[in-house]
Amino acid sequence: MRKLRLGRLVLPLYSVIALVYLLIPIVYTIAFSFNDSKGRTNTIWQGFTVAKWLDVCARPDICSAVGTSLIISAISTLVATVLGTAMAIALVRYSFRARSLVSLSLFLPMATPEVVMGAGLAGLFFNLGTGYGYTTVILAHIMFCLSFVVVTVKARVQTLDPVLEEAGRDLYANPTAVFWRITFPLLLPGIVSGALLSFALSFDDFIITYFNSGGSVTTFPMYIYIAASKGVPAEANVIASAVFILAIVIVLGTQVASNIRQKRLLAVK
Amino acid sequence: MGIAFSSSAPKQSGSPLKSGKIVIALMLPGLLYLGMFFMIPLVSLLVTSVETPDASGAIGMYQYSFDLSSYQHVIVDYAPQIGRSFGFAFVATLIALLISYPLAYFVGIRLRSRPLIQKLTLTLVIAPFFISFLLRTIAWKQIFADDSATMNFIRGLLHLDPSVHFLGTPGAVVWGLVYNFIPFMTLPLYTSLERLDLRYLEAAGDLYASPAAVFRKVTLPLTMPGVISGTLLTFIPITGDYVNASRDFLGGPDTSMIGNMVQADFLQNSDYPSASALSAVLMAVILIIVGVYVKRTGTEDLL
Repeated sequence: MRKLRLGRLVLPLYSVIALVYLLIPIVYTIAFSFNDSKGRTNTIWQGFTVAKWLDVCARPDICSAVGTSLIISAISTLVATVLGTAMAIALVRYSFRARSLVSLSLFLPMATPEVVMGAGLAGLFFNLGTGYGYTTVILAHIMFCLSFVVVTVKARVQTLDPVLEEAGRDLYANPTAVFWRITFPLLLPGIVSGALLSFALSFDDFIITYFNSGGSVTTFPMYIYIAASKGVPAEANVIASAVFILAIVIVLGTQVASNIRQKRLLAVK
Repeated sequence: MGIAFSSSAPKQSGSPLKSGKIVIALMLPGLLYLGMFFMIPLVSLLVTSVETPDASGAIGMYQYSFDLSSYQHVIVDYAPQIGRSFGFAFVATLIALLISYPLAYFVGIRLRSRPLIQKLTLTLVIAPFFISFLLRTIAWKQIFADDSATMNFIRGLLHLDPSVHFLGTPGAVVWGLVYNFIPFMTLPLYTSLERLDLRYLEAAGDLYASPAAVFRKVTLPLTMPGVISGTLLTFIPITGDYVNASRDFLGGPDTSMIGNMVQADFLQNSDYPSASALSAVLMAVILIIVGVYVKRTGTEDLL
């Protein structure tokens, strides 16, 4: 019995070590957003300051890069979420002959290395003679976000009980009403997580953006990449930390909320 | 998933909705998008890969022909990069699996009785996704910098020569690759383990199987779909990554991978045929891997 108990501690301990490993660069990045660094380089700890947080736009190029990223991510997410949600519903709810072909063509973009997708799209735009800019970057971002939206929303559609929609139809609701009053609200958590994932992927993308921006569109990751050889200023850490904290708060908030809802439902039963 | 009790997709045959038209309306926009911005670019890559320099001799201009010499060039001249890409990807995927499986097992099975803690721990697992990819790589770069406290500590601990360094070595690149792609491994593993019906494990235990035998004969086979998709989702992006291996991040002069060469040929040298041929080689290998996977498990498990 004693041996077994000791054995049960190995797994939690291993997991804690793994989690610490996962968190080290995050803690490091956040810590160095408070570094009182002079100039561009932010490699050596020089004392605690909140100055960088209070005046992020002291480096206007960082703020404009973040603005560019936000616009690109918002538009890409919107389009990818609409297209992806429609596909996810069709994939789960209807059986049709080309299903497995569609599944495959949705899986392949996720299985394509970014460098291949980036070079392929850039080559297409080059051959079409469209030039590079916001449009090409957004078209590329929608492309790589689409499959991830489908996967996320599809998981939610699968948990949906068709009986609820049938009940709606039995009560003489027309298909549009059934969709907006029953299906859509039930799918919303899945759609929101798909959109969040899409936004996160788009906001953080570097490789595909680099190939399709033609050097004219500087997103936040592009800014960091270009700055990397000269030194990334602490303001970049401030932005990344703020994005991280915001994302974590959203995720934790939804989890705690769903936990409370579940408890209430159980209490009613 | 092959697990009978998992609630599978409700197939509505004879649905009162006119399914044909609805399917087309729901599917067509997305499929057209995939065709235009995924399939055509891949075909465009293949076409570019067999082009030759333009007769005018202008840099960056190529004309259509059917010349396979770019393939010969990339396979011969970039052999070290191709080897490194798949070598690094293999080692990094294996390490990611060894770190992730116990972690996913702990979160997916041990923490099942505490749903809130389970979800919170899962958030920590995916937390690296939320901080800039480039900045978390730079964080490791600074942690392992030659004159960093970490390196001084490690050198002191192991009595190493002060000239011993980590940054710029294949080890540092693999370290970065493992870190940056590990959530892609942990998440599918977690999904498999979280769905696992513990009664199977109890049944095996009741039949006097040792814990090791239960794991080898029940747990592992039932979570194989997670292992396979985690392996694919980790291995594939790693083969195409070039950020970790580049000199401004964790790499050095002898760590360049396929992605570094594609980037250099495409964006710096304007050698589009070579960049395309190298991309095509990478894509071909990946399609073979995906093909073997699809043959084994079918397309339903892909998404």
